[in-house]
Amino acid sequence: MAVLERISRVPAGAGMARMLVERNYRSSRRTWSIIVSGFFEPVFFLFAMGVGIGALVGDVATGDGRLVPYVVFVAPALLAASAMNGAIFDSTTNVFFKLKYARLYDSVLSTPLGPRDIAVGEISWALLRGVVYSGAFLAVAVAAGAVTTWTAVLAVPAASLIGWAFASVGMATTTYMRTWSDFEYVQLAILPMFLFSATFFPLSTYPPVLQWVVQATPLYHGVAMVRDLMLDEVGAGMLVHVGYLVGMGLLGTAWTALRIERLLLR
Amino acid sequence: MASDLEVTTDRAQRLAGGGWQAVAVHWLRKYRRVWVSTLITSSLSPLLYLAGMGIGLGMLVDRGAGGVGGVPYVVFVAPGLLAASTLQVAAGETTFSVLGSIKWTPIYHGMLATPLRVRDVVLGQLVYVLLRVTSAAIVFFVIAAALGTVRSWWGLLAVPVSVLGGMAFASCCFAYSANLRNDQGIMLMFRFVVMPMSLFSGTFFPIEQLPGWLQPVAWVTPLWHAVEACRALVLGTATVGGVLVHCAYLAVWLVGGYLLSVRVLRGRMVV
Amino acid sequence: MPLSPSEPLIRARGLVKTFGDFTAVDGIDVDVHPGESFGFLGPNGAGKSSTMRMIGCVSPPTGGSLRILGMDPGTQGPAIRARLGVVPQRDSLDEELTVEENIWVYGRYFGLPRPVVRERAAELLEFAQLSERARSVVEPLSGGMKRRLTIARALVNTPQILLLDEPTTGLDPQARHVLWDRLFRLKREGVTLVLTTHYMDEAEQLCDRLVVMDHGRIVAEGSPRALIAEHSTREVLELRFDTHDHTAHLADVDGIADRVEVLPDRLLLYTPDGESAQSEIARRGIEPLSSLVRRSTLEDVFLHLTGRTLVD
Ligand SMILES: Nc1ncnc2c1ncn2[C@@H]1O[C@H](COP(=O)(O)OP(=O)(O)OP(=O)(O)O)[C@@H](O)[C@H]1O
Ligand SMILES: [Mg+2]
Repeated sequence: MAVLERISRVPAGAGMARMLVERNYRSSRRTWSIIVSGFFEPVFFLFAMGVGIGALVGDVATGDGRLVPYVVFVAPALLAASAMNGAIFDSTTNVFFKLKYARLYDSVLSTPLGPRDIAVGEISWALLRGVVYSGAFLAVAVAAGAVTTWTAVLAVPAASLIGWAFASVGMATTTYMRTWSDFEYVQLAILPMFLFSATFFPLSTYPPVLQWVVQATPLYHGVAMVRDLMLDEVGAGMLVHVGYLVGMGLLGTAWTALRIERLLLR
Repeated sequence: MASDLEVTTDRAQRLAGGGWQAVAVHWLRKYRRVWVSTLITSSLSPLLYLAGMGIGLGMLVDRGAGGVGGVPYVVFVAPGLLAASTLQVAAGETTFSVLGSIKWTPIYHGMLATPLRVRDVVLGQLVYVLLRVTSAAIVFFVIAAALGTVRSWWGLLAVPVSVLGGMAFASCCFAYSANLRNDQGIMLMFRFVVMPMSLFSGTFFPIEQLPGWLQPVAWVTPLWHAVEACRALVLGTATVGGVLVHCAYLAVWLVGGYLLSVRVLRGRMVV
Repeated sequence: MPLSPSEPLIRARGLVKTFGDFTAVDGIDVDVHPGESFGFLGPNGAGKSSTMRMIGCVSPPTGGSLRILGMDPGTQGPAIRARLGVVPQRDSLDEELTVEENIWVYGRYFGLPRPVVRERAAELLEFAQLSERARSVVEPLSGGMKRRLTIARALVNTPQILLLDEPTTGLDPQARHVLWDRLFRLKREGVTLVLTTHYMDEAEQLCDRLVVMDHGRIVAEGSPRALIAEHSTREVLELRFDTHDHTAHLADVDGIADRVEVLPDRLLLYTPDGESAQSEIARRGIEPLSSLVRRSTLEDVFLHLTGRTLVD
């Protein structure tokens, strides 16, 4: 209860989070090569899965029991996973640098902007990048023949929802970090999710006990959501996926704002 | 930081002449402070890949194609992961720390202000990387063997071969990092070299499945040679000649990379 | 709530700031009036920065009351900050941006429209003598240039109050004088300056009125000249002896001055007339290594009030 009460007391902002997004856009123009390169990671994976693993695996049964080529099965998962990876990267390493070394937020807070503006601004930025990446990835997936239906377009907003959920929790976690080597632990949380959220092989492959564990992880819901959209198998389960991720995003954003206030406004 | 430098320079004076040991000691001392988190990631991530790709995805592969080259997928992929993860650890130890020691904390400046020579600095750090990489390779190998993925006693030799592959890449990576102006280049190298190399050098699937024009690219990469030699050793299908050819190729990279690193670092530091 | 003409811009009563058990600011009263230049003088750890951060509305007071521009920092922080300019003790420039972009982006944080921000940036870079460097990145700038850029940036919203935390620490004498000159200009334009420093000469040059802080409390308040008149004599005679312990020479100088202070490396004799004290020393046959007559400064005020020196 105390936690809920604290979360509900979201710190002040001036509704000017977009100014921070503008700032990030400006600075990103000097590191555009890094940003562009982020797009290639899922593409390499898609290629490896398509030409390599796909040929070994053959067809895979979807949730509806249809058989689809492996690349069609795995492309949505790669999209979801790259939305997560991109969001985590932006909201952990980048934010840590700004928080501890560049002291960016100290100067931001001496203007009318408040902690909530910082949280919302940084998280929106991560989310925006995610939208661009997932749009580009979707185009590649279409070209590679891994997309079979029009509802796949909805995978882009879906990917941004995933980005929001992970960016917000990622940024909140970052406020607890002390040194760069702490980020090894972030990797340790991300990697199992990347590998075991029904990303590369269907949920039915897991032993029943593990299926529950898998279904509890956020990336599972992201993958399942994008996969339903890209395979045109949208059902009631979609509400659960969206609800889970929206809840995570709201909680993470409020938590981040609180932590920024706690850290910098002392 | 300062105390590290003191320790290094102090030891360096005692060891004047044969100073690369002092450099290796410096890096080991630094490592002592972060070894828990690093060892966790450098051993756990390949093991997670082994479980996810080898066992999980392996179920689909074995069902679809009945394994790869006559063995279950997990047996096929384990030596590939050994070589690839060793190379990734090696790359991780010769990027940020090299550029950082030039740019952010002037560690090399401190070392070179003593009787140490540039080649001691390079060699000492590479020796440290060797120790790091070897320990990671051993941890992974022991667990992979416990899972029954090692089919021959010759497989033991896969540890030194994968380490050779990692060091071959590390020495070149050192030269590359020592030449960088900022850390963007490191990111780009991981995304455009390490990552694709890990995916397309026969680690997860035979390179025969790549389009024809891509196969020669795979042959050039050090990782493909390490993977091929490790896999042959682990499966017990190795020939002495084959392994020697792969190792000789890797040794060329290692020596070439070392010479290049010394040259580049000298150009950067001794001006 | 508009500010009534008689109300000070900043009004603190019994202001307290604690960090855990530690009390950094221990109940201070401060009034700063429009157009004046007000200083906080004190040694390391006196609580100057803590006070400045409370005034800057980025650190909630633990106790007491604080009103800035007639508003309450707790509830109207953004509205207050919109009219403040802040130069923190440590430059917090955005090193990922260029010099001019630093001002543009900072201006945008105040919600200023883009064309306005560009126009302001050009003027401010002129003011800070950084126009030629407008397009270079911030990282390679010298310390003095960065400090000037931080000040220029703080002026982008044409603030009513400019808060400067140790504006010239770490700068060489020439860079300090350039900065002082810029601050004088601002003062002439009617900007209220609030600054902290542990340099006496800076306080004497820049401040109309100042408070001396020590251990989180205010130990004296007034104009630099009034403080010197009240807490020190007109002149000081400094004597250095070839000894490890200057207390040994206390007896020699007995009765020459109104008051004597012993420092590790010298004796300070407080007297209205330094020249005659000097000749009295010579008459007594005392032979110091060096002997120097100078006017009293705020340093002497501080020494008198706290028994400690300010710098070193
Ligand atoms: N965030 C904090 N947490 C704990 N203690 C703090 C914090 N900020 C300041 N202090 C303590 O409060 C005291 C006053 O610090 P403050 O920075 O206000 O001093 P100052 O007068 O600005 O000194 P300086 O001349 O060194 O800048 C110091 O003892 C400092 O250690
Ligand atoms: Mg201070």
